[in-house]
Amino acid sequence: MDAQTLSYLFVGLSFALYIGIAIWARAGSTNEFYVAGGGVSPVLNGMATAADWMSAASFISMAGIIAFSGYDGSVYLMGWTGGFVLLALLLAPYLRKFGQFTVPDFIGERYYTRTARLVAVVCLIFISFTYIAGQMRGVGIVFSRFLEVDINTGVIIGMGIVFFYAVMGGMKGITYTQVAQYCVLMFAYFVPAVFISILITDNPIPQLGLGSTVNDGSGMSVLEKLDSTLLELGFSAYTQGQRATVDVLAITMALMVGTAGLPHVIVRFFTVPKVSDARKSAGYALLFIALLYTTAPSVAAFARINFIDTIHDTSYSEVPAWFKTWENVGLYAWSDKNNDGNIQYGPGAPFEGLPEFAEERGELGERIITNQLTANNNEVYIDRDTIVLANPEIAQLPNWVIALVAAGAVAAALSTAAGLLLVISTAVSHDLMKKTLMPGITDKQELTYARMAATVAILIAGYFGINPPGFVAQVVAFAFGLAAASLFPAIFMGIFFKWMNREGAIAGMVTGFLVAFGYIVFFKFIAPELNTSEYWFLGISPEGIGAIGMLVNFAVAAGVARFTSPTPCEVRNMIDDIRIPASRDITVD
Amino acid sequence: MENNDNDHRYHHEGGNPPKHDEVEQPCIDHKIIDAYWKANLRLLAVLLSIWALVSFGCSVLFVDTLNQITFFGFPLGFWFAQQGSIICFVLLIFVYSHLMGKMEDRFNVDDDEVA
Repeated sequence: MDAQTLSYLFVGLSFALYIGIAIWARAGSTNEFYVAGGGVSPVLNGMATAADWMSAASFISMAGIIAFSGYDGSVYLMGWTGGFVLLALLLAPYLRKFGQFTVPDFIGERYYTRTARLVAVVCLIFISFTYIAGQMRGVGIVFSRFLEVDINTGVIIGMGIVFFYAVMGGMKGITYTQVAQYCVLMFAYFVPAVFISILITDNPIPQLGLGSTVNDGSGMSVLEKLDSTLLELGFSAYTQGQRATVDVLAITMALMVGTAGLPHVIVRFFTVPKVSDARKSAGYALLFIALLYTTAPSVAAFARINFIDTIHDTSYSEVPAWFKTWENVGLYAWSDKNNDGNIQYGPGAPFEGLPEFAEERGELGERIITNQLTANNNEVYIDRDTIVLANPEIAQLPNWVIALVAAGAVAAALSTAAGLLLVISTAVSHDLMKKTLMPGITDKQELTYARMAATVAILIAGYFGINPPGFVAQVVAFAFGLAAASLFPAIFMGIFFKWMNREGAIAGMVTGFLVAFGYIVFFKFIAPELNTSEYWFLGISPEGIGAIGMLVNFAVAAGVARFTSPTPCEVRNMIDDIRIPASRDITVD
Repeated sequence: MENNDNDHRYHHEGGNPPKHDEVEQPCIDHKIIDAYWKANLRLLAVLLSIWALVSFGCSVLFVDTLNQITFFGFPLGFWFAQQGSIICFVLLIFVYSHLMGKMEDRFNVDDDEVA
């Protein structure tokens, strides 16, 4: 069977599986809708958390970013896993003991005010929608490329599936679907990696393959070969960083703290039966995530080697079919600068901006570019997001592997989208309606509001998917920067500093949010031409500003708390209560 | 919280019952919780130092020095940045989970009674 038919089959089968699980795990109460009844085992919750966490960005984009930035891509690997250490050690067990439904719940109760709850709700909704827009674009890319349906149809199908299991099943439905989605996406990521690792190094374990010797007889290791090939082409070495050290530190910190502060990840730890399970579950979650995250650098390095081998100095008329397919989608482009009919690959952008294609084709059948060409020798434009998806074709793997990757990418995007939709709908129905605007509503009415909010959120997310804002790539910095600068410090101080009071927490969240928001908006939207290291504050890029926002949040909160009234005693006693796992009378006799 | 804190009786590990007036104070002095919390903070300090060392230290600040060493075919600093730090993170969480379980038994603040 051809790759497209198999893709239909695999994606269709996985959808049937998700729907089946949704019907089996319907939610009957708000408790089941918000936290799956609080009875999910730590291993299953770990798996669900891993699927929830690993989005289209992890599955599709991350290896592509590493492939083209080498060592500098490590910030994503460390940032997106190191955050789970903070989550497991500093937040998850205490929030589980607190035992409510949402992150704003905790902030509202701990800081004894609705204002703090509302500030948290605003931060949460902003972070979650930012994130969801990226997922929907991922679904769109996969559908348009592998199933060759229109992107809009792809997004609508994706929305329909998520609607079905998120609105019906709530957290309970999502949890069990995410377990299935984890298995699908991990298998889909690992299988091609194993194949490619064997092809390049004869070592079937991709993690070890990255350190092995290339089987082309050169005697060089994968990284040595990559370094020497890239240096020959005029790039810098793969294993050497280009970013300033201070910026690498800031970005890593912002991503770690941001990860720990992302509401859709935190709420997953409200679903396990007890406090010790929250810690174990975080360990399993990171273990399951680490399987993919340690595979990604191997996928990245192999892809870069294969890509250069296949493309560089190859005549366009002999280039493999996948190159032309991606060119037709508009994500690859080639402009024959030296008119030799061959593709030359090198450092720098081949032309200004994103490719714009003319109607007619060149004499070799290539799409003609209308952009202003640059002076360097590089002739190829490659969208980094295509690397993982194109990888099986680049390595000439069987069609079923290509289809598997398509199903895995859709699983990664849908599982994260569903988790995000749930926290948005919970924030609206629980924190806004039940706890703020209409405290009198019954459990059943609250559940109806939750389902209505999920429906509206899906429609908005779908709108972003069909009309992707041009700034999707830029706004990813927002989600992490804002989570790091606003939510994480408020939760952390709420658990570890009894003296942190209402006034301090609100002032800290608002200033932290504004610092990160202002900095990102300034460099990404108002003055993008100034977005270079000489204009950055202390040499820190907008991606890393969350680290500064976090420090500002801590400093402002501590300063304000010093000069305002102390935390009431019932709140101090509540903190003592969440610090210990036991819910019984503590006596030692 | 479902329990009224004033009904609780908190005892020193050494067996000295708290003075009556301490219980009457508006903010209860939770001796066991405080001791447990201090032990927890010490453990956190150790584990988070390792967390910072493998990520910010080995993978960023000392990366060039460590890259002089070859480890299973990798320059060591690069290995820490792309694999080693992640493996250490996973181990850190499981170690924390295990040690906390033991510590909670010692202070008798575990949650084992929950089914």
